[in-house]
Amino acid sequence: MGWEDFAAAFLNLAIMREASPILVQGLVQTILLSLLVVPLGLIGGTALALLSTVRHPLVRWPLMAWVDVFRALPPLVLLVFLYAGLPFAGLELPAWGAVAIGFFLNTGAYYGEILRAGIESVPREQMEAARSTGLTGGQAMAYVVLPQAVRNVLPDLISNTLEVVKLTSIASVVALPELLYQARQAQSVTYNASPIVAAAAVYSVLLWPVVRLLSRLENRQLAARR
Amino acid sequence: MTRPIIEARGVHKHFGALHVLKGVDLVVAERELVFVIGPSGSGKSTLLRCLNRLEEPSAGSIVVDGIDLLDRRTDINAARRRIGMVFQGFNLYPHMTALGNVTLALRKVLGLPRAEAEARGRAALERVHLADRADHYPGQLSGGQQQRVAIARAIALEPRVMLFDEPTSALDPELVGGVLAVMRELREDGMTMVVVSHEMGFARAAADRVLFMADGMVVEEGTPGEIFGAPRHERTRTFISQIERT
Repeated sequence: MGWEDFAAAFLNLAIMREASPILVQGLVQTILLSLLVVPLGLIGGTALALLSTVRHPLVRWPLMAWVDVFRALPPLVLLVFLYAGLPFAGLELPAWGAVAIGFFLNTGAYYGEILRAGIESVPREQMEAARSTGLTGGQAMAYVVLPQAVRNVLPDLISNTLEVVKLTSIASVVALPELLYQARQAQSVTYNASPIVAAAAVYSVLLWPVVRLLSRLENRQLAARR
Repeated sequence: MTRPIIEARGVHKHFGALHVLKGVDLVVAERELVFVIGPSGSGKSTLLRCLNRLEEPSAGSIVVDGIDLLDRRTDINAARRRIGMVFQGFNLYPHMTALGNVTLALRKVLGLPRAEAEARGRAALERVHLADRADHYPGQLSGGQQQRVAIARAIALEPRVMLFDEPTSALDPELVGGVLAVMRELREDGMTMVVVSHEMGFARAAADRVLFMADGMVVEEGTPGEIFGAPRHERTRTFISQIERT
């Protein structure tokens, strides 16, 4: 087993070229999935974070339970349950629907915890100052607290978004042929791992600018803290 | 005495088991400058914060500019436009420029279009002598400048009353003068002001009345000359001699 065997099995350009049409289809699917689930997660997360500012026990305890459950449940299990389990309860979801709900629940819980930490990092006095000028609680939250909250946790938000984009590969279990699924299909047809390597390269190219941005932000925050 | 613009009667405030205000009366006439002094924990800041309902009094009545603040039907946000507040820690919005800080409420509370809000905001910054800092962020301004922007943020709404909660306590000594100068100008323009502060020199020169509070009650009140020159109560005497020494 030498370099040439390795190259033939993993870096086979001919096979990559052959697989490229379905890889492109998979990439399109992954991008569409990300464009669906990231905003959904952010919407769900913002809603949870805003609810977390309500101190009433009737809001607090159910909210805590909600977040704990959907962070603890493996997203794959959640998705399978939504897609394959709910029909037994008479509720049949289309694949995209199951993905949308599953990510809304799972990703929303994670974004929610990040944003909650962000809101808590903004001094209470900011809200007071805003209210003292006649802004309503909602306006003060929207214009004064949330922008600062997001800025304070931006690296975590981006980091979570990277994870979410990669997590879209679980959509293949409900027969949504995203990038990694297509690569595995190509692998099983060609008996060659090169399509997987190609998919990995695509992920890297797709996410690398975001990773760069993230480490720049983290460095800047470290510098600002000094 | 003209009609009172602030009329607080029998104000009580409990924080759990803590009884912070024990039936405080505060009546302020239009164009009057009232100073509130007292040891920390005396309830003076709490009293001030009740006057725009940042703190909810447990009992009593508070009427500001004819509006019953504690009436459930009162639109507190509308009432707060008429009551400007300046905080010890400035509390500027760090993500907005000085002008942005001043214009936010003009646009969102008064609903002014951007151009009009900015014209009014610049005029307010002019009044605190910071027209040239309109585009600076709070982090680029000194503490004294930040506090003056905070004053501009409040006066831009053209309030009937201004509340100052220890406005110079967080400032380096050399920056205090600029803030006090702005406050004096406000007073000369006829602004009604309630000031919680230990700036005795300023109180002597500018205050109409001084209230001394201790343990959640007003111990005595009078002209600056009376309170600082000839306090009647032992507690007041002790307190005055303490702050004069520092």
